[in-house]
Amino acid sequence: MILTVLHKTCYEFATPVGGIIQSLRLTPARCEGQKIIDWSVDVPGAVMGALFRDGAGDYIQTVSLRNLTSTIEVTVSGTVETQDTAGVLRGYRERVPPRAYMRNTPRTEPNRAIRELFEDTLAGMETASALDRAHALASAVHKALPYIPGATHAHTTAAEAMNEGAGVCQDHTHVLIACAHLADLPARYVSGYLNATEDGTPHEASHAWAEVFIEGLGWVGFDASNETCPNEHYIRLGSGLDAQDAAPIRGLVLGGAEETMDVSVVIEAQQQ
Amino acid sequence: MPESFFNEMYDAKGLRGPYRMLESWYQNMPAEFRALKQAEAEHLFRRYGITFAVYGEGGDPDRLIPFDMFPRVFAADEWRRLERGIKQRARALNAFLSDVYDRGEIIRAGRIPADLVYRNEAYEIAVAGFRPPLGVFSHIVGIDLVRTGRDQFYVLEDNCRTPSGVSYMLENREVMMRMFPHLFQENRVAPVDNYARMLKRTLASVAPAKCDRDPNVVLLTPGHFNSAYYEHSFLADLMGIELVEGQDLFVEGDFCWMRTTQGPRKVDVIYRRIDDAFLDPLCFRPDSALGVPGLMNVYRSGGVTICSAPGAGVADDKAIYTYVPEMIRFYLGEAPMLENVPTWQCAKPDDLKYVQENLAELVVKEVHGSGGYGMLVGPKSDKATIETFAAKLAENPSNYIAQPTLALSTCPTFVEEGIAPRHVDLRPYCLVGRDVELVPGGLTRVALTEGSLVVNSSQGGGVKDTWVIAEE
Repeated sequence: MILTVLHKTCYEFATPVGGIIQSLRLTPARCEGQKIIDWSVDVPGAVMGALFRDGAGDYIQTVSLRNLTSTIEVTVSGTVETQDTAGVLRGYRERVPPRAYMRNTPRTEPNRAIRELFEDTLAGMETASALDRAHALASAVHKALPYIPGATHAHTTAAEAMNEGAGVCQDHTHVLIACAHLADLPARYVSGYLNATEDGTPHEASHAWAEVFIEGLGWVGFDASNETCPNEHYIRLGSGLDAQDAAPIRGLVLGGAEETMDVSVVIEAQQQ
Repeated sequence: MPESFFNEMYDAKGLRGPYRMLESWYQNMPAEFRALKQAEAEHLFRRYGITFAVYGEGGDPDRLIPFDMFPRVFAADEWRRLERGIKQRARALNAFLSDVYDRGEIIRAGRIPADLVYRNEAYEIAVAGFRPPLGVFSHIVGIDLVRTGRDQFYVLEDNCRTPSGVSYMLENREVMMRMFPHLFQENRVAPVDNYARMLKRTLASVAPAKCDRDPNVVLLTPGHFNSAYYEHSFLADLMGIELVEGQDLFVEGDFCWMRTTQGPRKVDVIYRRIDDAFLDPLCFRPDSALGVPGLMNVYRSGGVTICSAPGAGVADDKAIYTYVPEMIRFYLGEAPMLENVPTWQCAKPDDLKYVQENLAELVVKEVHGSGGYGMLVGPKSDKATIETFAAKLAENPSNYIAQPTLALSTCPTFVEEGIAPRHVDLRPYCLVGRDVELVPGGLTRVALTEGSLVVNSSQGGGVKDTWVIAEE
């Protein structure tokens, strides 16, 4: 499948600011089932650092802009050719040992509700394979947290989402990571894009899911929000311990002023 | 039972060689003269402004750490042995860091458990796969040593991040030389004042490959409210480099820059005295205002060197400590020259059982603790204290390690009545860059309270000048 992405993030400032600096994780890396045909990240007027690849295999780039008057726009556009690999991440160059992804952050720290979800789900599955257990956990998270946009916010933790009983993809992913860790399975947060319509019409498409390390298979994606493994409709941007760590854009406004952010992500599937 | 402690000046055979010249010095010193000198020393330290707490112990930042004028002395051959052992350890620790951020051969070989390293909080995923210049992660290795006999030295712990206290080593010498110049004429004391030059050379030697001129080295401090700020400004001054705070630096493109009155100046090497978590809000703690946003990207793309390297802390964890002799054998193919203190890991059921049965004989420490707090010194504790501690231990065993109570050596120390033996330890500072080197000396801490084995300044510890006597 050929997917094209147009992702614009526009920051507007009420008053001039000293500058802005961002670390971008906005360029997908090649792996099996993900071939980059063309890709560009533009920030008019900004100084762009060279793209480099970190140990987790993500492309990272620094962008900075000094003495900003009113707006800055980050535009990502590109085309990727995808194939379904049943969620398995293969042909991907990375250096981080999987066991390093056993640690929790405040966002993925389990509470009692998460522990119970984990225990109830895996009761009787002691002899099941790691893959089956991961699937079971992803389904359980899907059922436990109905998808309700607005029920949570950008800083909601896994525990808070469980208490809320609802969430969005970020919350599903955090809770699934917490459960996987309880099951002694390394797990991480993945950010990317999802083409969610079958007919190819453009739509809002930022997405997140989890990857769980399965001995013998490697990293396998689990999208608890849609109760599926990532397929040819997904573009993988990068990973981290949680939403903040894996964020496509991490930035800081210097000489801070009121800032409003407007994001639009459009993805569409081309006919092959 | 003081007889069972090794006295570094007077052993069973009497006065030991390295201290030969000091016997008449103290014996002929009138009490009034001594009081005068002690007051002079205090005055000098106050004037230098050296009032910070060592090793991040906290406490009153304006408190003067007591200085004891009686030097601690090593003979040249004693020092040579120590020096070889220290360098060996510093090499192995760096080889370990370079390995665990690369292929992890020592883990694949089954010599160190994977989870101990990779699940360690100090293991930085952000730098996995990145090789810093010359493969050096810990450029200043502070190794805490204690002596228990003529030839017995033990390593208490390694400090691979940013060990502090070296300004005491330098100031103690400076003050002693001003107060007792004749002592330095009679004794051939090896100088330590080239430390700053050596440190600067070490830092410059790890400049990034992209740097094609004389490297610009800066010292990054969290600021004047930090307890070690004095040391930061002191070292920057001695090295003739800029002392900067996060706000003095900024990232643009592929480099880190320093604001100056003549415009931005590129920075090549940062000797940082702030913790990993605060280095870069775009990579670590987003609320940190102490660091430089974007710095880790510049570092990881080879635009600047950070000393010590982010992630170096995984080598000096108390749980990893047990494996340092294994690292020496694995990476260097050598037998360890300095011994580890036998350590029980309370995370292991067998070890825990032993520790619980022998609490009264052991020293029990928190895995991540420092400053001598949160520990139990079994032989010095009453029954109630031991019982309270036993409950804490049972609750969270993996948070603790235990070691035997060591018979720390003593060194003569000035007290009310003259001199008396007091327990001491030693922290030498090993520099690792193109070369591995250290000045002949270090920081000697002394437990000023009679019988006390705790040398931490927050708990009644003081400092001494440390001498290495050159060969005749």
